[in-house]
Amino acid sequence: MSDDTSLNLFQQQEANRRRTVLLVIGFVAFFAWLGFGGDYIYYVSTRDAPGTAYHHVFPWFGIALTVVALLTAWYAYATGPEKVLWSTGAREVVDPTDPQEKQLVNVVEEMAIAAGVPRPRIWIVDDPDPNAFATGTDPLHSHIAVTRGLLDLCSRDELQAVVGHELGHVKNLDVRLMTMLAALVGAIALMHDGATRVLRGGINVGGGGGGGSRGGGGKKGGAGPLLVVLLVVWIVSWILAPIIAQVLALAVSRKREYLADAMSAQFTRNPLALAGALQKIEGAVAPTTAIKRGAAHLCIADPLGRRLTAREGLFADALATHPPMAKRIAILRGMGYAQLKKEGESVA
Amino acid sequence: MGSIIFLVVLVIVVGWVIGAYNGLVSLKNQTLNAFKQIDVQLKRRHDLIPNLVNAVKGAMEFERSTLEAVIQARNQAVKVNATGPEGIKQISQAENVLSSALQRLMVVVEQYPQLKATGNIGQLQEELTSTENKVAFARQLYNDTATQYNTRQQQFPTNMVTGLAKAQPADLWELEDQAEKAVPQVDLSMKPKV
Repeated sequence: MSDDTSLNLFQQQEANRRRTVLLVIGFVAFFAWLGFGGDYIYYVSTRDAPGTAYHHVFPWFGIALTVVALLTAWYAYATGPEKVLWSTGAREVVDPTDPQEKQLVNVVEEMAIAAGVPRPRIWIVDDPDPNAFATGTDPLHSHIAVTRGLLDLCSRDELQAVVGHELGHVKNLDVRLMTMLAALVGAIALMHDGATRVLRGGINVGGGGGGGSRGGGGKKGGAGPLLVVLLVVWIVSWILAPIIAQVLALAVSRKREYLADAMSAQFTRNPLALAGALQKIEGAVAPTTAIKRGAAHLCIADPLGRRLTAREGLFADALATHPPMAKRIAILRGMGYAQLKKEGESVA
Repeated sequence: MGSIIFLVVLVIVVGWVIGAYNGLVSLKNQTLNAFKQIDVQLKRRHDLIPNLVNAVKGAMEFERSTLEAVIQARNQAVKVNATGPEGIKQISQAENVLSSALQRLMVVVEQYPQLKATGNIGQLQEELTSTENKVAFARQLYNDTATQYNTRQQQFPTNMVTGLAKAQPADLWELEDQAEKAVPQVDLSMKPKV
């Protein structure tokens, strides 16, 4: 490990810690905005109601949603890895019996030694498509999962390189940020579905109330435009929430694949093995059906099909969770040939 | 004004010394820890070898010399009575002999498809490969960490606090002799050797 790569590692760890905190703050702030914004809109619309009608003064929605968001974030941090593994239907390898699983355990142990981290727990996803992912909160609580297809397809060296790539994600704390993101994206999607239903009912009620107040007084004209703007922004935030979360999940994952590739090469000292593995994974056409969109950004190769990741460009950059495979392979080959050249010179 | 500037400079210098000192101590401990990892893996290998050799003895009667070389090298390696990074030269010499003996065994196994066909040998091969990889990767981690430690000690201006942190250059685990790696002769006739 040269000073350069270790500096990179520490920067990446620091960045991941910071981003995880920012992600949680952003998540809670977003829900606080939805809650308190709703409170304010409700407050303004009931302000001029006659004395006997309901006046919304105490921000119940805001407090409730903020508490829910905090609890969700805590729950996501505590159980995120479990949920991710559960969603892919992975089963843990505890006592390996067949030679393939035994080899996987050996390979993971070897790479954990090379990376200088404790051995992660090992899981297998019974899916014929080759893929792999890592999850967890830190190197002490980490998990590595590979598909049955990867075990069948890859040679020992290639499997080692893929595991090295995943341990790279574990070591530089990518797993913490990405697992948190997966859990929060899932939570937002879930809450969005539920809340949309509640909101629809709420708008109907609000509409009725508005009609009543229009009949009541002429003093409300001043608050009208502000209220409408606020209401529009608020509703748009509800609609955009899952889309924002999705874009975040995409943007966060691409660059770090290159770094994890480099770390794998550093652990195995064999960049050509990872290039070979990526080539084989790229060649496999079937999407990984067991891994759904929520966990896509955790995988070594996009489980949802590889057409988008095949090319670079603005469109692909915005929508693909992974960098172009060809570029990753080219970089690894470059490393491999540089290494071979150096070895050739030292022998000669 | 002058005293304020002096104070600021003093605080910066003291802060830097503390940072450099702690950096060196942390690297020193990482190096020691990496060395322990090698030790753990070597011990694992020493414990494994007798079992492995017993498991293949029957199937590999014709390669008795290879097996004996492994056993002998293993016993020599266990006998080495050195610990810690200071004894690294002694340990690495004995272990490198064992490594090449094991490598020879692996090449031999590789050359007999009939042997590989039986399940036991396949497992043996996997265990051997894994054991050797674990030793190699532990060594790699140690060498990387130790190199980092040594570089930091020699670099300016950290080299000014090496004495303070009692930092000393750590020995690297030398790679084995090229001659040791000579390709073994393989007899494909599978006839018992006289």
